[in-house]
Amino acid sequence: MRIWVFGDDIDTDAIIPGRYLTIYDPKELAMHAFEGTRDAFRTDVREGDIIVAGRNFGCGSSREHAPLALRGAGVRLIVARSFARIFYRNAINTGILPVVCPDIGDIGEKSRIAVHPEAGYVEADGVQYRIEPVPAFLRKIVDAGGLVPYAREIEEVETCTGSRQ
Amino acid sequence: MAKTIVEKIFSRICERDMSAGDVMMAPVDGAMIHDITGPLAIHKFHEMGGERVFDPSKVIMLFDHQVPADSISAAELQQFMRSFASEQGIFNYDLREGVCHQVVLEKGRAAPGEIIVGSDSHTCMYGAVGAFATGIGSTDMGFVLRYGALYFRVPESIRVDVSGTFPEWVGAKDFILSLAGDIGADGATYQALEFTGEAIRRMDMAGRMTCCNMAIEMGGKAGIVPPDKTTWAYVGERRDSVPFDLASDEGASYAAWKSYDVSDLEPQVAVPHNVDHVVAVGEVAGTPVDQVFIGSCTNGRFEDFRDVAGILGNRRFSDDVRVIIIPASREEYLKTLRAGYIERFVEAGALVEAPCCGPCMGGAFGLLAPGEVSLSTSNRNFRGRQGSAEAEVYLASAATAAATAIAGEITDPREVV
Repeated sequence: MRIWVFGDDIDTDAIIPGRYLTIYDPKELAMHAFEGTRDAFRTDVREGDIIVAGRNFGCGSSREHAPLALRGAGVRLIVARSFARIFYRNAINTGILPVVCPDIGDIGEKSRIAVHPEAGYVEADGVQYRIEPVPAFLRKIVDAGGLVPYAREIEEVETCTGSRQ
Repeated sequence: MAKTIVEKIFSRICERDMSAGDVMMAPVDGAMIHDITGPLAIHKFHEMGGERVFDPSKVIMLFDHQVPADSISAAELQQFMRSFASEQGIFNYDLREGVCHQVVLEKGRAAPGEIIVGSDSHTCMYGAVGAFATGIGSTDMGFVLRYGALYFRVPESIRVDVSGTFPEWVGAKDFILSLAGDIGADGATYQALEFTGEAIRRMDMAGRMTCCNMAIEMGGKAGIVPPDKTTWAYVGERRDSVPFDLASDEGASYAAWKSYDVSDLEPQVAVPHNVDHVVAVGEVAGTPVDQVFIGSCTNGRFEDFRDVAGILGNRRFSDDVRVIIIPASREEYLKTLRAGYIERFVEAGALVEAPCCGPCMGGAFGLLAPGEVSLSTSNRNFRGRQGSAEAEVYLASAATAAATAIAGEITDPREVV
């Protein structure tokens, strides 16, 4: 398992450039992930690799091709100080767990990292960092295995029954 | 309890008291899909067991990113969407009308107090008419197509109070770039930006669209301008509507309250490769450019082209610059054409293309080679956004773009008039 370290404000154009948006197959998209901005990724990434990033990961375009490309590349877990809103939802819907870890220290590609979503912390180089829980309403979707299986389980939706979170 | 306009919209739609932090499945008044993110949304709709969309009259379909189809794969995706539209009874604007966000507003498909979603991040532009509008991904859109509703968390709002009068050749784009520079590319994440104050009240719809459009560039879930006479006049020309009061209460609770005076604002430029890396034009003046793009949902309206024509006068664009001008919609194209500006632009050496996203999305045409520099009136200057990752994109207003296109280097519009 390799750690891919990225900085702040990694946008979805960097994750998958606009010229590949007629592609929907995750494996094919993965062949162009970070093309031009981090070329080693698409050649060296392996199933189970983790991305660790700074603030605002996945900002910009709403293209779901971005998490699909990462999922196609084998990434199932992204740890970031924060995520852009649309990417966060898209990641969950695509089968990637976005882990918000606001205080994570300087992580290198040689760091040792273990993510414990249920216990609520990330351990990196022997230090534990708290992670923010997935909001309860999204937890139901994560637990169902994504929005598609969640939607298949329900016949109709009940609107406007709010809850405070 | 005093409420923000966003809290009021959710309360109104749900007919119960909603405030920031509340989570609910809310019904939507409209759902927009286009040629890039629409096909996947349709696949997801089917995977979720969808057979008929929730309400074909609330689904807005059009093609704008890769039109006319620039590849066989793009043509196939558009063909796929056309057949979905006809089988579901969805009205499809196809490639006739222009860039999705401009079309949604000018066709009256968004109105004050509505909740609209679109599978495109700049959907937040519909806040210009006082709607709560936000961009979503394709899977979420698949869910919306099936059920007509989606999980929302009512966001906190940042109040952005804008006073003063814009100096000549300085306007909405300069203001919104300066705001991005101030609060940063994630300064409004998960929040709504509520634009108020005398400078906003005096601003035309085109400027309000520019401001709300770029809320996403600060991470905003929505941008919104409380509807006033200007809003209702615009909406009233496009659909039956009865004006009603919709504004934040005095004493409503905000995550932050920012005040700006635009009286001394200078033309602003976002420099490569971040939207929040913003400087006054003077700091980058003299930078040679290879291409100038004037268009997009952010700044492809008649008012923008009127500025370009005003700066241009009887001069020519530099022969060293490729000037690409694309009206955001057929309606804006016709207004610009009838005013005589299109003829002027063509005479001056510009390429005028039919309404579409053009070089903004870096997929269809107008791409940049390594080492090239572009100045663009669009919304994103991310590395690689408009072609090669080794190219550079600057963002500015239409006035600054026109001045730059004449001089061949980044130029303060106030210096060339």
